[in-house]
Amino acid sequence: MDTFSGYRRPDGRVGVRNYVAVLPVSVSASPVASAVADDAGAWARATPHQMGTSQPEAGRERTRTVLAGIGRNPNVGAALVVALGTEDLDSEALADDIAASGKPVETLSVREAGGTRAARERGVDRLDALYDEIRDQPREDADASELVFAVECGGSDATSGIAANPAVGAAADALVEAGGAVCLSETPEFIGAEHVLAERCVDEETRERLLDRVDRREQLADLMGTDLRGAQPSPGNQAGGLTTIEEKSLGAVAKAGTTPVREVVDYGEAIPVGGGLTVMDSPGYDVESVVGKVAGGAQVAAFTTGRGSTTGNPIAPVIKVTGNPRTAERMASNMDVDVSGVLTGESIPAAGERVAATLLSVADGARTAAENRRLEEFAINERQPVELAEEP
Amino acid sequence: MKGETVGEAVLVMADDDTVATALEDLEGGREIPTDPPLTVAETIEFGHKVALVDHEAGETVRKYGEPIGEATDPIERGEWVHTHNCESARGRGDRAGADAGDGLSEADQT
Repeated sequence: MDTFSGYRRPDGRVGVRNYVAVLPVSVSASPVASAVADDAGAWARATPHQMGTSQPEAGRERTRTVLAGIGRNPNVGAALVVALGTEDLDSEALADDIAASGKPVETLSVREAGGTRAARERGVDRLDALYDEIRDQPREDADASELVFAVECGGSDATSGIAANPAVGAAADALVEAGGAVCLSETPEFIGAEHVLAERCVDEETRERLLDRVDRREQLADLMGTDLRGAQPSPGNQAGGLTTIEEKSLGAVAKAGTTPVREVVDYGEAIPVGGGLTVMDSPGYDVESVVGKVAGGAQVAAFTTGRGSTTGNPIAPVIKVTGNPRTAERMASNMDVDVSGVLTGESIPAAGERVAATLLSVADGARTAAENRRLEEFAINERQPVELAEEP
Repeated sequence: MKGETVGEAVLVMADDDTVATALEDLEGGREIPTDPPLTVAETIEFGHKVALVDHEAGETVRKYGEPIGEATDPIERGEWVHTHNCESARGRGDRAGADAGDGLSEADQT
């Protein structure tokens, strides 16, 4: 591994992009947040979402954690928190939380501004002022150990577990070797492979926490009196040759490489920086899963796909890696790294080196296919009543 | 690549696997030079699995050297292995529900 150049933030972390985040605290503030960011320019990135103005406390806390984490992500240089004005979630407190990392943060209330038109104008003014504070910040050299690398998969097929996930896993191992951090999530996709991860946990407490989280996800299916087969593997996964969740999971966990699991964190919680692999308990829904890891501080994600996913993220570049030769050809404009050669003889280490090289060049500023097309899906995982009811 | 490619047609991930992955679309009648050779029984698409051994109903299906499910019907060597004859043993709330008789209808399931 090597160095990259990034934006050092007041809290010491290093961003690979220099954005002003526009964070709506509810669904009601989301259209204004998107409009303001669009009006301002590509340096402004909105995170529109579906959470309501009133959520149960645990659900609200989840929303707050994720938005605060997104605001603190080192790819964000400054932030604007947008509220309609009726939300239970306190936008000023959220702004203070983000500002504690030393970044400039402002708030905007649609009601106080006097409606959406006025809020849009006022919002653009505030964004311009925020951007003036960070726009001249130069990139500086940073070590690869400053990176938190999120690994994700979506639209998996049989090639995912054979080629793309092992290749990303090899890059993950190289980053950990260089002192960096990697984060694996999508807990339902550990089912059937949890023993592989459990054996690698650094201590008994971490091992128990990991197995407990997998057990909880599996029991959610029991609670609903249903089974995972309809959703896991998904119909697309099945068309691609994946028969059971066990088969999908055994292929999926390969993208985390082979290093020890040093910690298990909750959805959206901070991922420890430097030197190791962290597991985040998240749903299998890839957009929410990526958002959880970006809220946890990941600056770059690798996203493997066999069938051909196009998912991106507004804050972190998402590198698409495919091991399916047909997808590599048919969806070339949405893919960043083609490792389908693994099926015909390219070694996993060689494919992994190409993924690692792409990771560093993207950290340096090279744009991913999803960034070029402004594909910026954003969704927060909502805590379900059934989950809340089950907690002690 | 981990695993072993056989005849540029299938990939066997581990020694004790009972299935292999098709590396191209395989037609019925195709001979695969495994030891002993096997004949593909039906069309098996790229990425899908062919049985390397006979499976009885209820027997464990293995890939990556790990269990990936159970045969629901007898599967003969050379046949396509997928959701029609193999199912997961995990996340089976339907079995728990059946045992508990909780009366949830299909419509209640999400």
